[in-house]
Amino acid sequence: MTRPNLPEPTEFARRIRAHALRMVHAAKASHIGGCLSMADILAVLYTRILRLDPAEPQAANRDRFVLSKGHATAIMYATLAECGFFSLAELDTYCRDGSIFTGHVSHAVPGVEVSTGSLGHGLPIAIGMALAARSAGRGARVFCLLSDGECDEGSNWEGILFAPHHKLDNLCVIVDFNKIQSFGSVAEVLNLDPFAEKWKAFGWQVEEIDGHDVAALERVLGGVPAPSGRPTVVIAHTVKGKGVSFMENKLEWHYRSPSDELLAQALAEVGA
Amino acid sequence: MRTTFIESLSQAASENPDIWLLCGDLGYSVLEPFAAKFPERYLNIGVAEQNMAGIAAGIALSGKTVFIYSIGNFPTLRCLEQLRNDVCYHGADVKVVAVGAGYAYGSQGYTHHALEDAGIMSMLPGIEVFVPCDPQEVRAATHLIAGSGKPSYLRLSRQGEPNLGTAVTDLRKPRILREGRDIVILASGPIASRALEAAEALAGRGGDVGVVGVSCLKPLDEAAIRDAVRDASLIVTLEEHILRGGLFSMVAGAFAGDATRPPVTGIGIPEQGGKTSSAGSREALLDAAGLSAGAIVARIEQALAKR
Repeated sequence: MTRPNLPEPTEFARRIRAHALRMVHAAKASHIGGCLSMADILAVLYTRILRLDPAEPQAANRDRFVLSKGHATAIMYATLAECGFFSLAELDTYCRDGSIFTGHVSHAVPGVEVSTGSLGHGLPIAIGMALAARSAGRGARVFCLLSDGECDEGSNWEGILFAPHHKLDNLCVIVDFNKIQSFGSVAEVLNLDPFAEKWKAFGWQVEEIDGHDVAALERVLGGVPAPSGRPTVVIAHTVKGKGVSFMENKLEWHYRSPSDELLAQALAEVGA
Repeated sequence: MRTTFIESLSQAASENPDIWLLCGDLGYSVLEPFAAKFPERYLNIGVAEQNMAGIAAGIALSGKTVFIYSIGNFPTLRCLEQLRNDVCYHGADVKVVAVGAGYAYGSQGYTHHALEDAGIMSMLPGIEVFVPCDPQEVRAATHLIAGSGKPSYLRLSRQGEPNLGTAVTDLRKPRILREGRDIVILASGPIASRALEAAEALAGRGGDVGVVGVSCLKPLDEAAIRDAVRDASLIVTLEEHILRGGLFSMVAGAFAGDATRPPVTGIGIPEQGGKTSSAGSREALLDAAGLSAGAIVARIEQALAKR
């Protein structure tokens, strides 16, 4: 890593959870539940795994991170601010008139590789980046974060079929498997089970872990590219709204933003 | 046109090691020479156009120039949102190449007829749209887009189209295919050959009829078109495409703000929603759609009578 000054993943995750809560509250925005579920994944990626340099965000040999669940943008911007891609103060403009910090992730923001928000777009783009990186022989890796509900989109399955066929071992998909999509539980809306078996049948190296276990995340994400020569999928079992008791596993926090009182309680619970 | 395209692309790729070609499992007997020459830069993505367009964006965002190739509606409508978001929104250097313009795959039926593609592609922000009328324009277009650094759409017909008129100078400019100033037919694509036939017939009856190829639909060179029709008493647009969104819409839109202008008659393919199409060659389907040279002449004479 080129940034030894970054805190430990657990502390990093605490900070970005707090930023995201404040941002969503101030902007009266949605998607805090899906932000909190992936906080530990981002913390490990950005403090331990990704070879990125905020001083040179377009370096040709950088690792790529593609956020396919583009709605989880508050936590993404918070992560990039904590890494030094821009100042923390800029987070205050989140979703404000004229701000580049849009409610679905925008490539106008330094450190963001691609704009997403329409689901099912990130993985094919990540595959293209992995093909280009392999062709260039630079050893760069591409990480792509999907939501579970997003796996309803057929375009993902085109990519899931493609990547193992081409032995794209420099590609790693992480599924933030928090079990709740926008209108109900994944099991109710469109069941993904048996999820790991589906990926295995398509030829992926499958890792299934607790998505809040930073040591496990560091182990599996640090194992890319896998010795098997296959693309890796990390099925990260997470809790929607993780870290805030009244948000955990609650569908409504896909949409709601906390009141002043609830914000104070949430910040206290995440340790801000 | 297909063969000219792949020859031109191979030449461009010889000069530029950053050019890639992706296909959606279509292009048998056409793409093989490129694949054989540049195996590292050729990929058959499979029958998965959304994936193909997204992958193309990812490769392009890594510094490459990526061509994606398939038939008619597949690399366009099937993956429209990928083209909008992944390609155009990011300004990714992706070239969408669709073969089978209009009725080129005539007997294959409506699913294989590209009748709305050029208009829909033109609506995407930041893309350039080329509808060449003959093989020499295909060559010019391929080299132009290979070096433009922008998203592009290249609409090809299929095979056997003749070269029309003299050499191409600047593909972005309207191209005079036949001199004539009173009635000016603006045509896009290989249907321009029927415009020439119609103009010949009208000239035989004493009309002063010009034919201008408009092969760059976007950006449309409005000033040059205005110049080409400066003396006209009737403008006719002709396209192998529905009128809505195509050449007619663009030309009519360009003239909308002019205080005085000649009338514009649009000739294209009628919208076909909910109607089954019959089998037939491209030529037969064009005739059935009212785009025979004789029918074009009749439409122009009607318009002249109303003038």
